[in-house]
Amino acid sequence: MDSTGIFEIIKSIDGVDLDVESNFISASPDSLLELAGKLKNDKALDFDFLMCITAIDDGDSKSFTIVYNFHSNKHSHSCEVRTQLALEEEIPSLSDLWKAADWHEREAYDMMGILFKGHPDLKRILLPQDWEGYPLRKDYQVADYYHGVPIPKDKSYWE
Amino acid sequence: MNKSKDSSIVSIDEMVLNMGPQHPSTHGVLRLKIHTDGEVVSKIEPVIGYLHRCFEKHCENLSYEQIVPFTDRCDYLASMHMDHAYSIAVEKLLDIELPERVEYIRVIIAELQRIASHLVAIGTFGLDVGAITPFTWTIRDRERVLDLFEALCGARLLYNYIWPGGVSHDLSPKFIQHTQEFLDYFETQIFEYNELLTGNKIFIERTADVGVMPSDVAVNFGVTGPSLRGSGVDYDLRKTQPYSIYDKFDFNVPVGEGKMGTVGDSWDRYWVRMVEMEESIKIIRQAISSLPDGDVHSAMPKRIRPKKGEVYSRYESARGDVGFFIQSNGKNIPMRLKMRSPAFCNLSVLGEIAEGWMISDVITILGSLDIVLGEIDR
Repeated sequence: MDSTGIFEIIKSIDGVDLDVESNFISASPDSLLELAGKLKNDKALDFDFLMCITAIDDGDSKSFTIVYNFHSNKHSHSCEVRTQLALEEEIPSLSDLWKAADWHEREAYDMMGILFKGHPDLKRILLPQDWEGYPLRKDYQVADYYHGVPIPKDKSYWE
Repeated sequence: MNKSKDSSIVSIDEMVLNMGPQHPSTHGVLRLKIHTDGEVVSKIEPVIGYLHRCFEKHCENLSYEQIVPFTDRCDYLASMHMDHAYSIAVEKLLDIELPERVEYIRVIIAELQRIASHLVAIGTFGLDVGAITPFTWTIRDRERVLDLFEALCGARLLYNYIWPGGVSHDLSPKFIQHTQEFLDYFETQIFEYNELLTGNKIFIERTADVGVMPSDVAVNFGVTGPSLRGSGVDYDLRKTQPYSIYDKFDFNVPVGEGKMGTVGDSWDRYWVRMVEMEESIKIIRQAISSLPDGDVHSAMPKRIRPKKGEVYSRYESARGDVGFFIQSNGKNIPMRLKMRSPAFCNLSVLGEIAEGWMISDVITILGSLDIVLGEIDR
């Protein structure tokens, strides 16, 4: 099933729209949980795999896009869902529906500072727990010191 | 035995054991926080990030060509797969057609790499459960694949061979000859491995019925690759959504059948890798027999500057489904690059399937998942 066919089934949900040109489904943070439930449990859709969650900084670290890539093994079709949210805005966690979301959401929190509502254990995963800031944000500034060790920033230091 | 499921309630006889970050059985710098009740594991928390190298942050400061050596270093046991996966994503973004010869070369190289990677997986898995000889045998045979790669591009582990739009060097006729010699030799070796390890009574006792991963749990956790197929799920991107030219070849996708115990146990995951190597030999033989002529550099772009847009591409590596999400803003460096690491998802299931087993079985289960920390931590 292609994106148009998938959209036909889920278009009754508020705040869900289809981007024909780029072939993805956009959803508001409020409608995400309902949409995800339908994507997983509807017999015709049956998206059993949550492949990837990507958090994107839209450029000014004020708004972010979260991209979900789903795949159905039974029907062998895929779809992409995108959600936009502002800084400090919360987005529902999908870890109840797909356990795969657990670590991916922790990574999005770790790198981009996205807050997931209802996540069982939202803490840093790749960086140390005491790390300051969210490195993949565009406005991230590298600190001068880490635990008293100076961080070299002058390129001549390593080139 | 009183298992405490809630981590906030620590019963008196519970002990927290740290395995790693420096431990021979964790296949890299992985730390496992194991809550034990006597010898029985009640909870496992994998702690990762010891090998974090800011791959995604680096990519936002490098041009598309410069990223290839970095993808090499993600999965250092299957570098060709990472290069291939990344190149396919960039080619999708650029919308370029490849010469047929390039596709054939890539398939030959990727399948040789799959054999090399599975050999390490099988060897170290044997080592984990106490079989030392198979490890020396598999490493000896992997060496021959590495020698082939060295003759091909000069590097033994981190190749920088598959580039967006082509490959760095053409194959030499000698390479084809040596590859055929290797395949003839290796086919007999698989028989020897089966004699030595697959049907070994002690090996079966240690692995069969241990760490059973039901198919619904595997799918829910996003487990892919041989670990998922071990659970009986017929899911291989080379078959279900063929990329490159995999639709031209005739090969089977082995799935776990529970021959020695239950479907989805550690033995099944091992066995799937074993059979996959045989299938890889089949693919390489077919690709070599129909290898077309051509120029491998003809489609290579002088400068990589994709149009504005995003792409999500998927690839079946030795460990599972590698995904690259690339967002381009029309410049020669990506705006955002995210890599979906298969071993990252495969490791997340450990806490679920290893619960209730002994500590020595946790090592078996971890070994059967075949993780590479370079790819998990990125």
